[in-house]
This record gives sequence, C-alpha cells and structure tokens, in this order.
Amino acid sequence: MNAKRKDLLATIIIDAIVATVVGILVFLLAYILISGLPHVSWSFLTGSADSFSGAGGIGVQLFNSFYLLILTMLISIPISLGAGIYLAEYAKDNWRTRLIRSAIEVLSSLPSVVVGLFGFLLFVVKFKIGFSVISGAIALTFFNLPLLTRNIEESLSAVPRSQREAGLSLGLSKWKTEIGIILPVALPGIVTGVVLSAGRVFGEAAALIYTAGQSAPVTNFADWNPMDAASPLNPLRPAETLAVHIWKVNTEGLASNAAQLSAAASAVLIIAVLLFNLFARVLGNYLYRRVTASK
Amino acid sequence: MEQTSSGFKQEDTQPKDWAQQLHHATRATREDWFGRGISYLCIGVIILVVASMLWFITSKGIATFTQNHVNIGQFLTGTNWAPDQGKTGALPMIVGSFAVTFAAALVATPFAVGTAIFMTEIAPKRGRKVLQPVIELLVGIPSVVYGFIGLAVVVPFMRHLVGGSGFGIISATFVLFVMVLPTITTMTVDSLRAVPRFYKEASLALGATRWQTVSRVILRAATPGILTAIIFGMARAFGEALAVQMVIGNAAVMPKNLISPASTLTSQLTTGIGDTIDGTLPNNALWSLALILLLMSLFFNALVRVIAKRGQLSHER
Repeated sequence: MNAKRKDLLATIIIDAIVATVVGILVFLLAYILISGLPHVSWSFLTGSADSFSGAGGIGVQLFNSFYLLILTMLISIPISLGAGIYLAEYAKDNWRTRLIRSAIEVLSSLPSVVVGLFGFLLFVVKFKIGFSVISGAIALTFFNLPLLTRNIEESLSAVPRSQREAGLSLGLSKWKTEIGIILPVALPGIVTGVVLSAGRVFGEAAALIYTAGQSAPVTNFADWNPMDAASPLNPLRPAETLAVHIWKVNTEGLASNAAQLSAAASAVLIIAVLLFNLFARVLGNYLYRRVTASK
Repeated sequence: MEQTSSGFKQEDTQPKDWAQQLHHATRATREDWFGRGISYLCIGVIILVVASMLWFITSKGIATFTQNHVNIGQFLTGTNWAPDQGKTGALPMIVGSFAVTFAAALVATPFAVGTAIFMTEIAPKRGRKVLQPVIELLVGIPSVVYGFIGLAVVVPFMRHLVGGSGFGIISATFVLFVMVLPTITTMTVDSLRAVPRFYKEASLALGATRWQTVSRVILRAATPGILTAIIFGMARAFGEALAVQMVIGNAAVMPKNLISPASTLTSQLTTGIGDTIDGTLPNNALWSLALILLLMSLFFNALVRVIAKRGQLSHER
C-alpha cells in the first residue's frame, strides 16, 4: 500500500511539474503576443526608430536583422558544408580528428558574448573596420559554424553506406559521390538544420552589440548600390538588429514607452522565430518526401 | 562520369600510353584532390577561428597581470571593483555568476527531470506530441525576449513580493531557470531513453511500482547522462549575458542577499566594454573577466568529458 501510495504521489507531482512547464510557455507566449501585438502596425514595421521621443518603428532594424541573417548564412553555409563533408567523409578516427572535434565542441560551448567580444577585438579594435554589418555577420558566423557543421555531418553520416558504395563502384570519385549522391539524400536534414539555425541567428543579440553596433543610421531605401554610404546594402555601416534594439530600448530607458515598444518588437521577433521553426519543419518534410518518393 | 568513360576509351585505343597513364592522376583522383582540398580548407578555417579566439582572449585577459601588474590573487579575491580607480577585485562578479548559475540549475533540475520522466515513462505519446514542441519553443525564444519579460514581469513581481528594487540574483535565477530548463530537459530525455529496456522490464517483473522503477532503476542508470545535462544547463546559465544583465541590476558589489542588485561576469562585460579605452587598466580588467568566462566554459567542457568517461566505465562493469 505504501509503495502504491508513493507511486501515486510521485505521478501527481510529476503531472504538476509538467503542467507548470507548459503553463510557463503559454504564459510567455500569451504575454508577449497580447501585450505586443496591439502595437504592431504597418507604420511600426516600416517606420524608423527615434529612441528619444520613443515614437517610431523598427523598419531599419527589421531590415538589418534579415540582411545580417542572409550574409551570415552566405558565409557560414559553404564553410560548414566543407567542414561537415570533411568530418563525415575524409576524417579518419585518430587523434587529429578527435582534436578537431573537441575544437568544434569548444567553439559551440563558448558563451555568445565571448564570441561577440572576439569579433569586437578582431574587427573593430584590430582591423579598425568599426561597428559594421560585415563584422556582425562574421561574428554570427563564428557563433553559427559549430552547430551547422555538426548538423551537416550528422545528416551526411545518416545516409546509408550502400549509397556511397554504389557511387564509388560506378567509378566516381569520393568527392563526386558526396556532392552528387550523398548530399541530395541528406538535404532534408541539412535544410531543417539551416533554417533552425537561422532562427537562432535572428534572435541573437549578445554577439552583435559590439560588432554590428547599437545604432541604426537611417538609410536611403531607394539606393541599392552597396558602395554608397547611405545604401542599406552597404556592408560597412553599423546595423542595429531587432534583438539588439529590444535590449537597448530596455537598458537605456530613454524612450518613454520602452515597455510598449519592446513588447511589440518582441512579438515581431517571436513570430519570426516561430515562422522559422514552422518553415524548417514543413520544408524538411517536403524535401524528405521529394527525395525519398514516399508519401 | 562522362570524363571517366572517356578516360577508359583513351586507354583502350592507345595501349602504349598505359605506363604513362598509370603515372598520371586520373580525372577522378584529381577531383578527389580538389574536394579534399576544399574540405580541409573549411575545417582549417574553423580550427583557425577557435585557435585565434583562445589566443586573443587569453593574451588580452592576462594583460591585467603582465602589463598592469595586478596580483592574480587580489584580482580573484578582492571585493572592490572600480577599475578606473585602479581597484580590480573581481570577486563580486565571480560570486554573482556562480550564484545565479547554481541557483538556476538547482531550481531547473527537478522540473527538467520531472518533465523528462513524464515524456519517457508516463505518457510518451503526449510527451512527443505536446511537450516536445513546448520544449522546442522554449529553446527558440531569443534571450533578449526572456530579458524583457524578466524586466516587465519578474522584477516588478519581486519588488511587490519582497520589496527593494526587484533587481537581483533571485530575478536572474527565475529568468535563467526558464532558459536552461529546455537544455536540461532535452538531454535528460535522451539519457532516459538510452536506458536499456530490459532494466525497466526486469524491475516491473519483480513487482516494483512505476515510481520505484523510475527512481531506483532508470534514474540510477541514467545518472551520468543527467549530470551531463545539468552541466550543459549550467554552462548556458554561466555564459548567458543579456537576459541576466537586464534583470540583475548591475551593481558591482558583493551580493549581500538574493534581492539586492548584483552583477555577473557577463553583465559587467556587456555594460562596460564599450565605455573603456583599449589598452587601459579598466579595459584589460574586463578582458580578464572574459578570460574567466572562457576558462569556465572550457572547464564545463572538460567536466562533461570526464563524466562521459566515468559513465562508460560503470556501464562496462
């Protein structure tokens, strides 16, 4: 009887714990969406911010977030693809490979603020590029590389060995086999990983404060020449992202409606991240069906 | 493929060139060199990044001790932090960081383990359908949003509950608890799932209740994995910057209690590094804080390895 009562009690406690965890998430999402969404409007999404009066929108920040995301992905996908292929295909099981793997692990466990400070030291202090889009994108790349590499390696290794053997027995080189046969099969997993990491990159702020900077100069959206100083595409201009904007509005406290502003910006950020997650799942499933021809 | 077949054709029509052919790399071999080169280059870039990161931060971090001749012992044990006046006692930040880390792990672990047991033992189906997405969403919420909610909800709540400003270690603990919860839960679930099925079956066959089985067999067998999960959670809490910085109050003083403003290594770094001039003592001292962060991250990494090795040994025995 005693043991049974204990079992019941434990089950009730665990149920309560689970209910609390679910409750926390529901509260978080509800709080952000309910307090934030009413302030989200078209002019908020496209307008430019004015941190002193507190009025204004997040247009430039939103653009910066996407621009940084695209640049980061353009840099980090090829590198991690190469590195993932190395680990899945060429790396032998020896001390050198183990060292490489631990280096990647170390990089992935480093706090993002340390990664950001390294970017600051390298680009802003040493190379004197200043707070800029390109510094931010490279810092985000450092932050993104280990996870993406591991994801790509796992997706590649999950492809059955027989596919590799089939390619090699046709006289293809290892490289051609990897690019022509293995990579397409592994694509669903890789794409899911890439989109999920895009969500992480989109919400990252600590690595950007001292690399991409905390100011968003008003840019001329009619000027798409990357060489012009006022162009939104200019990689050397400082670019405060949406996540950094939320942090800055809250810590500086200059805006009179900081809470409102950051609630709305948080809602936009959360929705973007949720969309990334959803998109990753849908796209992954779609590609999986296409590649495996299953229903 | 086309090139390879044409290569064969060449061999067939010009038998005299066989010797020469054998001495030259085929198209496929050259392709492989090319591919190998590219992938070596990419992995080289990553290694270079890691190495230069360790090198730069270490060399910057020890400048406080080599250039400014600050005593390491005094740096680590001093309680007075005012680098612009030459006082570099980093203990308040170190204590703050460890306090929020341990407190968050302490609060989060029961919740994480409970959730993981629910997902693996009590209701696997609902666990996969409902809780998996819940955990994934919690991971997906950006840390600034956690910070903002901490600032908008937790801090006023604490102010109301216990008085004071509401900023402090307890608010930071609350925020970090939610942030490390998914990390610990996911990894605990993995380690619970890795427990061999027959352990559970043997225990149930002996007449043990579910809770007896879970608490005395499954959790026991999964202990190394759960410890690893907790350490990963602690590493995340230790390195988290903005969310903590927004709710802890950023006062570089020894934390007297849980509800007075304090600061952590990360919060001091994010607030200070932009205001100091490169090469001066206040700047170098901040880099020393970054070095402590780096070393702690390496330490957590090593700890995980040790536990993984121990766990393997005990399974083999």
